[in-house]
Amino acid sequence: MPEDVNLETYNADALTEDLADAVTDLHKPAPQAAPAPAPRVETQQDLSAEIKALGEAYAEALKGGAPKETQPRLDFAPYRSSILRHPTKSLHHADPETIELHSPAFGHQDVHALESDLTIQHNGEPQGERIIVAGRVLDGDGRPVAGQLVEIWQANSSGRYIHKRDQHPAPLDPNFTGVGRCITGPDGSYRFTTIKPGAYPWKNHLNAWRPAHIHFSLFGTEFTQRIVTQMYFPGDQLFPLDPIYQSIVDQDARDRLVASYDHDLTEPEWALGYNWDIVLTGSKRTWTENEALGAEGDDHE
Amino acid sequence: MKPSGRKVTIMSKLTATPGQTVGPFYGYALPYEKDRELLAPGSPGSLRLQGTVYDGAGHPIPDAILEIWQPDSEGNIVRRTGSLVRDGYTFTGFGRSAVGNSGVYTFTTLNPGPTKPGAAAFISVAVFARGLMNRLFTRIYLPENEEALAADPLLSSLDPERRKTLIARRDADGGLTWDIRLQGEGETVFLDFEGTGTEGAAQ
Repeated sequence: MPEDVNLETYNADALTEDLADAVTDLHKPAPQAAPAPAPRVETQQDLSAEIKALGEAYAEALKGGAPKETQPRLDFAPYRSSILRHPTKSLHHADPETIELHSPAFGHQDVHALESDLTIQHNGEPQGERIIVAGRVLDGDGRPVAGQLVEIWQANSSGRYIHKRDQHPAPLDPNFTGVGRCITGPDGSYRFTTIKPGAYPWKNHLNAWRPAHIHFSLFGTEFTQRIVTQMYFPGDQLFPLDPIYQSIVDQDARDRLVASYDHDLTEPEWALGYNWDIVLTGSKRTWTENEALGAEGDDHE
Repeated sequence: MKPSGRKVTIMSKLTATPGQTVGPFYGYALPYEKDRELLAPGSPGSLRLQGTVYDGAGHPIPDAILEIWQPDSEGNIVRRTGSLVRDGYTFTGFGRSAVGNSGVYTFTTLNPGPTKPGAAAFISVAVFARGLMNRLFTRIYLPENEEALAADPLLSSLDPERRKTLIARRDADGGLTWDIRLQGEGETVFLDFEGTGTEGAAQ
């Protein structure tokens, strides 16, 4: 499948990762008689100050009895692209109904077993540090999410995505596409073999760098559990500087996106192992044990 | 563990893993062949569902990706695999469409049926975009059957202006048009199923 990828058909983004033009307008002073000075380039220092202020306000709110937050803020201005893309009205509470209480079924018809190894998709070995990323997908009650689709995508070891809009002047790797899929096992387990992605520079502000990350896309047993997120690597020095990671203002919640180094997963003379479990939002249904064990969604035909 | 049919004792409630933005570079990963064709275009009963995704300035967003999940035209919830590798005949109820440069998404699908007698028929939607911190859920209701729409628990809990954002327009050719406005005037109603009120809390 990755062999068929046609770079020219990507329609993802026409703008690259900076919405600088659209966003700067919001910060411009009112028109004045004198010619406006050239807009000042925003630095990491500027962004870090904004992030810090939001973090401190959250800490204060906690002291005042506000609930702990567990998800990113939709409205998090330090990620400039979010400014015009977050709903301003609060999400409307709805009880999930019928179709929303079920999830699309994926099976081994949909995903080939080899798609979980991102290092064998081309003729040669990709450059970089080979790693294993494995864990379990669970629901809010700790039950395994069996027979469901997990999709990942990532930059290569030098921090470059195979994407025509990625203009980062780091080398593409002809032996690495950076896309993988798998179907979770009966115990909710998934496992990928890949290359450790590099840090990635972007244009949110001057000298902005994303911590190394792998994008994950997950389905649960209900469509309401659908989630797309990013997995990070332990000890990354870029965490405090990154507006996307910091859009989750609670440290415990942020930590849930960081994999653990796991020497038991590491394979001798082959690859380092990282463990990361994913918990989907809980369901309100009454389950029987049969369902909980994944009778549904696993396509043993 | 052997399946026994007894009720599972809930030991502890785990906290959900946070979401993160889909980012700008999903284009080589999430789209797949026939991803937006729940039915083969032109086949009996097929229709075009399309619309534009707008930001708070009223500009189309060129880097959003939508998923739909719906019952068949009889209101049956389908449990067939084959959404990623379509055989051209099996309706699986799931589709995915990245928008193009003009912010337009397109699906070929069929009218969903009501999943309960007299219920309003709708399509469930998940929205992802660069700059959108977490996925958003919403619904696309069919415009017909006023009575069912009036009785729908979600729609009847919304004021008329907001309610309109969830109801598709029927096109002359039988297709459906439904736009998404992430922010501002006519902002689409997005749903919180958890009921905690804390997801994506505004400041």
